[in-house]
Amino acid sequence: MGLSVQNLWLIPLLPLVAAAIGALTPRTGRTLAAGAAILAMSFSFLLSCGALVTALANPATHATSNFAWFDLGMGALRLGWLLDPLTAFMCVMVTFVGTLIFIFSTGYMHEDANAKQFFCFLSLFASAMLGVIVANSLLLLFVSWELVGLASYLLIGFWFHKPEAAGAAKKAFITTRIGDLGLLLGMLWLYDSTGSLLFYDGGHGVLEAGALSALTAHTALGGFALSTIIGLLIFCGAVGKSGQFPLHVWLPDAMEGPTPVSALIHAATMVAAGVFLIARVYPLMSADQALAHVPFHALTVVAFIGAITALMGALIAVAQNDIKRILAFSTVSQLGYMMLAIGVGSWVAAIFHLLTHAFFKALLFLGAGSVIHAAHHEQDIRSLGGLRSHMKVTFATFAIGMMALAGVPFLFSGFWSKEGILHAAHEWDVSRVPLLFGLAAVVLTAFYMTRLVAETFFGKARSHASEHAHESPASMTLPLVVLAVCAIALGFLGTPAFPWLQAKLLGETEVLGHSLLAGSGLMMLSVVLVALGLGTGWAIYGRVTREKSTSPDPLAARFPGVIAFLGARMKFDELYAATVFKLNAATATFADVLDRFVWDGAVRFLARLGEFAGVVNREADEDGLNAGFDAGSESLRGTGKAYSRAQTGDAHGYLRIIAIGFVVLVLIMMLGGNR
Amino acid sequence: MPVAPAAAFPLLSLIIFSPWAGAALLAMFRGVAPSVSRTLALIFSCGPLALGLVALNAFDPGRVAPQFVEDSIWMSRLLNVHYHLGLDGLSLVLVLLTGIVTPVALLASWRVTHYPRAFGILFLLLEGAALGVFLALDFFHWFLFWELSLVPAFFLIKLWGGPAASRAAYQFVIYTIGGSAFMLLGFAALYVATGTLDFTQLAQLAADGVIGAKLAALGGIWPKAVFVGVFLGLAVKVPLWPFHTWLPSAYAEAPVGGSMFLTGVMSKMGVYGFLRILWPIFPAQLHAATPCLLALALAGIVLGAYAAMKQTDLKRMVAYSSVNHLSYCLLALFAVSYATGRTAPTAAAATAALSGTIMQMFNHGLSAAALFCCVGILESRSGGKRGLNDFGGVRTVAPIFAALCGISLFSSLGLPGLNGFVGEFLIFRGVFGLDAGAATIACFGLLATAIFLLTFWQRVFHGPRAGVAAGEFADLSGIEIAPLLPLVVLMFILGVWPQLLAGLINPIVSSWAAHLSLP
Repeated sequence: MGLSVQNLWLIPLLPLVAAAIGALTPRTGRTLAAGAAILAMSFSFLLSCGALVTALANPATHATSNFAWFDLGMGALRLGWLLDPLTAFMCVMVTFVGTLIFIFSTGYMHEDANAKQFFCFLSLFASAMLGVIVANSLLLLFVSWELVGLASYLLIGFWFHKPEAAGAAKKAFITTRIGDLGLLLGMLWLYDSTGSLLFYDGGHGVLEAGALSALTAHTALGGFALSTIIGLLIFCGAVGKSGQFPLHVWLPDAMEGPTPVSALIHAATMVAAGVFLIARVYPLMSADQALAHVPFHALTVVAFIGAITALMGALIAVAQNDIKRILAFSTVSQLGYMMLAIGVGSWVAAIFHLLTHAFFKALLFLGAGSVIHAAHHEQDIRSLGGLRSHMKVTFATFAIGMMALAGVPFLFSGFWSKEGILHAAHEWDVSRVPLLFGLAAVVLTAFYMTRLVAETFFGKARSHASEHAHESPASMTLPLVVLAVCAIALGFLGTPAFPWLQAKLLGETEVLGHSLLAGSGLMMLSVVLVALGLGTGWAIYGRVTREKSTSPDPLAARFPGVIAFLGARMKFDELYAATVFKLNAATATFADVLDRFVWDGAVRFLARLGEFAGVVNREADEDGLNAGFDAGSESLRGTGKAYSRAQTGDAHGYLRIIAIGFVVLVLIMMLGGNR
Repeated sequence: MPVAPAAAFPLLSLIIFSPWAGAALLAMFRGVAPSVSRTLALIFSCGPLALGLVALNAFDPGRVAPQFVEDSIWMSRLLNVHYHLGLDGLSLVLVLLTGIVTPVALLASWRVTHYPRAFGILFLLLEGAALGVFLALDFFHWFLFWELSLVPAFFLIKLWGGPAASRAAYQFVIYTIGGSAFMLLGFAALYVATGTLDFTQLAQLAADGVIGAKLAALGGIWPKAVFVGVFLGLAVKVPLWPFHTWLPSAYAEAPVGGSMFLTGVMSKMGVYGFLRILWPIFPAQLHAATPCLLALALAGIVLGAYAAMKQTDLKRMVAYSSVNHLSYCLLALFAVSYATGRTAPTAAAATAALSGTIMQMFNHGLSAAALFCCVGILESRSGGKRGLNDFGGVRTVAPIFAALCGISLFSSLGLPGLNGFVGEFLIFRGVFGLDAGAATIACFGLLATAIFLLTFWQRVFHGPRAGVAAGEFADLSGIEIAPLLPLVVLMFILGVWPQLLAGLINPIVSSWAAHLSLP
């Protein structure tokens, strides 16, 4: 049973209703809030499946339903919904993973007094995220995009009484807003040059041939096509949201939020929204590909930023000790892979990896949540250890997630989606750098995940908390099992032999498989690299496990400088503190000083000037005109009065003073400013 | 010039004078209980809102010309001074805003214990004067209303304000009167040149190039001086950077209701003057000055927001945020004037910019009033403290307060889904089309606004409980929620359904944008 595009708005509406219910119930109504959230999400999932059925029936069409938001000039500002396979697959993923994480949260947040608010915010997030996906207008997408950011802000700072959580929430909001300003400018430019913000509008949309050829024909700054500049401005938004270099600094801090939040927002869905956005506007991003005379193409920038992010994230993850920070940097790195894929021209490979990653990374975060829950909020892997025997389900599912992320061949989804990206990078003829960075990150990914699993689950318990850990309740383990199944099964939707998902995304009706042997050289290489990463990781951390939580890290003992630098996240925060923050603070001081001393000073000066003029005036009156009538003593007394009068704060006196001041201001205006 | 037929029912006069009638009535009730005088003031302050809704109901948004016109000769035919009132989309929006903000500000001042009757009287006088400014179409009584609004505002600040209120009140009044004095001179010259003070006629004369020619005939610096005079009066009132230094102390020292009215309504009087007077009557002079004025508006946006970041007094912070928000309105108007006379099609961008300006006026009125109300609650709970670092963890003890204040903050920083976004988006969309560089620079204001407003929320509401929140701190009482709730509800409604405002102003704005030309 299909869901038509006219009814697509129901998908984001249901969670919004749940959020409203959550907001209006009293604090004791946690069961109601959680129940409404889970129910709304499950129904949205069913509706999304219906939308998928509709979309797959005609995968090549972009079905739209547009409407006027408000009157503007001769026309109106129009928004709309869009249904195509990209929308449908994303909806299904978000609602499915979302439902599982909501269920997990009922267990995880069981003891939190504020749980009802948690479900309210989660539902708000889900609604906004689904809004991003179903939007057929860059403006509606932007609106939802900002609301997603708000939900992320509220959920990172959910434990707002902790200063770190409150600070991390603000950092996330501000950092992503920097990128969003680029997105805003790109949107304004696009609107101004095409007169529309609808993606598809029966030939008049911004992603359709007419607008695109106009945008590429127009040359703007620096010899670039207009489409390149607008595309790169939109990409700024994606860089902020998807934690790409150089705006990735907020994502690791976002781990201050409750772990289900990290799983849903900062691993599976919101951070992937940037990738989704670039995939959505891919026709615009790639419009300049045919132009030969431009300095470089928009997608080239995307590929390099993605490649740098993929390698940088993996490097930093090697030296982190907090289980969630390792996973956070791993997310940064994987998002880099996705951007890299779009940059080298294969947005379908990016979306395939986005979908598989959503499942196995949500699995890993929920697994980490299960560990943290069991170990009484101990997150340092050096203080865990030996959990394999206490938490069998968590361990087994976590291991599946770890192998999917590491790209263990053939059985796990991550392998297939990552292969797709590496092959696309291999075929890119602009530069080898993205491929090399991608391959290097393959080794590192396998390595740091092996370290994570070995330190957490193997060896012996190194703290009281991990010694007495016990398996989490079924509400938490059940989602883990379902996600683990998906982390394996999903890969088979897009193997080279049967690339069903890719074909549907591209709107092809027939699925054309390749021989597995085609391009098998690269596949062999990456298999070897995965094995290398797993092997080294096990050799260093698994063969001989850590004795005490305070024992030195074997890698840090060998390369202290490098590991310290990576452990400090390559000092990006320090760099920004020394530059951007300083500049910001200096500007604020400048503005304040300008006001307090220059402008207010000028007003005071004019007032004093006027006061002086008043005194002179009075003196002239008393001494000059009246002197003939009054005796000398009387005159003296009058002068004294005048002096004191100038200082009583009498309104009339001031009025005259200010009036004279204004004369001077007018003169300044006329002589200087108003030519 | 034919005089328009008088309206059958003097609705607009009633809107203006109903609060004054209330004030007179209240002045006669000596010795009533404070609660009675508060209630009476509240009831009378709601009159303009109720009458405004009647006007809204009968209003024909498709008509560009003023409606419900009342026009009669006030002073002898020789002087040609008319009592001329009219209501178009712009006026209607501002009448409704005044009608909403005044009762809300009175509710927020419910706890005023010193002379609550006098407080109510002054507030009603203030409301009537502001409404007069938004409805008058003849400079003579427009200016009377404009100046009369200062008197109650002065006493409200001086007598009910904070420790430094006296100086702030003097500075506010004298600075503003100083500006108005030049405006009066400018209009005197204009009157001499044209023989009329009617805004509609003056605008028509300006469009025909008559005013320019007559002023040029005066020679010397007069053509410029007349414009600069009127400009100064309005620029101080808004205020335009750098004429804003009276604002932070006046807003900070005023009592909570006074700050709400000052920022919610009185700051709009200046922007209204720009739209109703300066731009239509001096199109060429304004156009010539725009390169400089755009820079000043941008300075207000960026430096205003950055100065807010540096404030540790929450009221001064919100006050600076008003400088920032109102500068967006002026930026849009200046950009439209800047682009006037261009050959490239600018109507679409100009429509967006001007629609955004009017929406921003309304939306800022709601959000800034709500923020001052929230700071006022903090102040009353802590015995007068309002420092950024005087609080902490309030959200733990007062979740409802945190939610209402948080929504107001996010409305103020332009979060989509709440009212502030629509106006700001339209302003940016319009300004980008008219002067892309200015829109780009203005983006820094958006960023800085987010930084200081989130700092506000973080320091006061998050973190461990500190200051008064460390002790007994009950969540909001009914009387504290009462002023905030309607504002917050409107923030949601207008954020999702901006058509409510757009439908009223789109025809008039489209007509302005379609007739952009220089005489």
